[in-house]
Amino acid sequence: MSVLVGRDTKVLCQGMTGTQGTFHTRQALDYGTQVVAGVTPGRGGSSHLGLPVYDTVDQACQAHEVDASVIYVPAAYAADAILESVYAGVPLVVCITEGVPILDMVKVRAVLEHSDSLLVGPNCPGVITPGECKIGIMPGDIHRPGPVGIVSRSGTLTYVAVDQTVQHGLGQSTCIGIGGDPIHGLDFIDCLALFEQDEATQGIILVGEIGGTAEEQAAEFIQGQVSKPVVAYVAGVTAPAGKRMGHAGAIISGGQGTAEQKYRAFEKAGVTTSRNPAELGALMRALLEH
Amino acid sequence: MNIHEYQAKAIFSRFGVPVPDSHLIRTGDDVEPFCETLEPHAWVAKAQVHAGGRGKAGGVVRADDKQDLVAAVSGMLGTRLVTPQTGEDGLPVQAVLLEKTVEIHRELYLALLVDRESGRVAIIASTEGGMDIEQVAQQAPDRILTQLVHPAAGLQPGQARTLAYALGLPKDQVRQLQAILFALFELFASSDCSLVEINPLILDGEGRLVALDAKINIDDNALYRQVEIAKLRDPAQGNRDEEQACTLGLNYIRLGGSIGCIVNGAGLAMATMDLIKHHGGEPANFLDVGGAITQEKVAEAFKLVVRDAGVKAVLVNIFGGIVRCDLLASGILDALQSVSLQVPVVVLLQGTRANEGRQLLENRHTLLHQADTLTEAAQRAIRLARA
Repeated sequence: MSVLVGRDTKVLCQGMTGTQGTFHTRQALDYGTQVVAGVTPGRGGSSHLGLPVYDTVDQACQAHEVDASVIYVPAAYAADAILESVYAGVPLVVCITEGVPILDMVKVRAVLEHSDSLLVGPNCPGVITPGECKIGIMPGDIHRPGPVGIVSRSGTLTYVAVDQTVQHGLGQSTCIGIGGDPIHGLDFIDCLALFEQDEATQGIILVGEIGGTAEEQAAEFIQGQVSKPVVAYVAGVTAPAGKRMGHAGAIISGGQGTAEQKYRAFEKAGVTTSRNPAELGALMRALLEH
Repeated sequence: MNIHEYQAKAIFSRFGVPVPDSHLIRTGDDVEPFCETLEPHAWVAKAQVHAGGRGKAGGVVRADDKQDLVAAVSGMLGTRLVTPQTGEDGLPVQAVLLEKTVEIHRELYLALLVDRESGRVAIIASTEGGMDIEQVAQQAPDRILTQLVHPAAGLQPGQARTLAYALGLPKDQVRQLQAILFALFELFASSDCSLVEINPLILDGEGRLVALDAKINIDDNALYRQVEIAKLRDPAQGNRDEEQACTLGLNYIRLGGSIGCIVNGAGLAMATMDLIKHHGGEPANFLDVGGAITQEKVAEAFKLVVRDAGVKAVLVNIFGGIVRCDLLASGILDALQSVSLQVPVVVLLQGTRANEGRQLLENRHTLLHQADTLTEAAQRAIRLARA
């Protein structure tokens, strides 16, 4: 087992005929992901990478069983693409696109509150269950199946965490990049709850960063409701206030959202923390061997 | 994106938010004749820079007569203003806003922003105008009033009334505040703002609410559809290197230490800075070359980082994913040739084809060092920077 995606997950790709969509769909197919179709308005009826292309998500869902949709459309159309999948009833929507206007996400979030669809992202690497299903832009070959669930706000830092588990003889159950934007879909708590219930997951690595209070809330949630060992890392101890550190959400404002506050919250909650991402694997391994 | 106070106030006026009578004087204008044309009155001269803390830094000066006003404006225009928020170099004052003084009976605080927790536009109001609002939030959280606006319903009159009465405003001002809130919400939503702030919103001698200050931030991600507002960008207010990096698709923020960092990914770039600090060094910059890293970008990143004279060593930390480490290693070699390197460089390659990349870099340059782990890379860069 695993969370969100697995070997039977049927995936639709919005923006599949674009450069990014084409490249990453090919990678996903090579990995063994069950991509069933693509959507590009105006290209319906054609075929791309040997897969049927539809004009709308609705058409694709009528012709195929669709469990998840992945979005590679430009930022200006991303919110529309997310909502198109939500309205079509796609259970899981993964939005890779970076640079979505925040007021667009305010609307998306309001619709999601009254929907059963789950959103991952935007501005994220995606979701992967190693050896089974890869949805997103992460390099497939660094992953190994195993007992560690990884949830992260950052892309490359997720890969470092993955690499750490592999180097210490562990692998990953599922890795979820929740994205670096201030308003996004699944948050740390949602993913922690999924990992807590997942039989394949024995330990969890959480990678946070400056900005907002999601890590503080995660710390409280872990203390109350997560029985599995968790190792937390927070990037941005040296980040100056008021500067946007690459991600739109990574900004310290008004003395809120500092890495030190987040570390304190985790430590207070009894969560194992690391100040060095290169120690994540060893710490996780030690906790799992206890 | 930040815009100037005078630009924000012009936008306020357009949306119907009252602001004081004002004139703008720019570098190159003759100060004395300009001031002569003004109506006899007490004026306030406000230096237009993208930073707070202007008042205490001498960037906001009251002048009771023309002579004082000429002196105040001449003392600001063309200089650099240093405030606690600008860094020691300060920011250039290329325009000064002259505002007619108003009688202040009460000072309120008003802001609209996107609240990340609720995912809604939040309207924040407080009776404690003119103060540092973050301090108020910490010391007297009950004086901070909030209303969240649902995107489908929009701002409701009842929400505006709730705030106005909670602020203790008399009936006439309740109506004024309601009009101001609707104008600000319209501005916020139609202009893709990430922050609109009035501190203070004052009640003047004639019972009018007036925005004495104005701050507008625009969501960078939405600038593509805010063409008119995007034109208001003032590059002189940003760091030159940071602006240039932005046009190259690099995320660069100068920090002032001795170890230059070149990293792919924002999170990993922060992690690299943190680890340098953790081991006793000082990072010179944050630099994320982005997910779609290319050889050319690596070369540009090197040029940018070594241009900082404070940089005594460079740490390159690449986690190869879709982009292979061996391709990036070639990019590093190209860059080393084109920038005539003077400082040592420590490279850490991990991920896809890292071994091939390392082999390519082996013994290729006397100033080039390789590390096997992040800890080793950080420690070695610190040692080399001190040597």
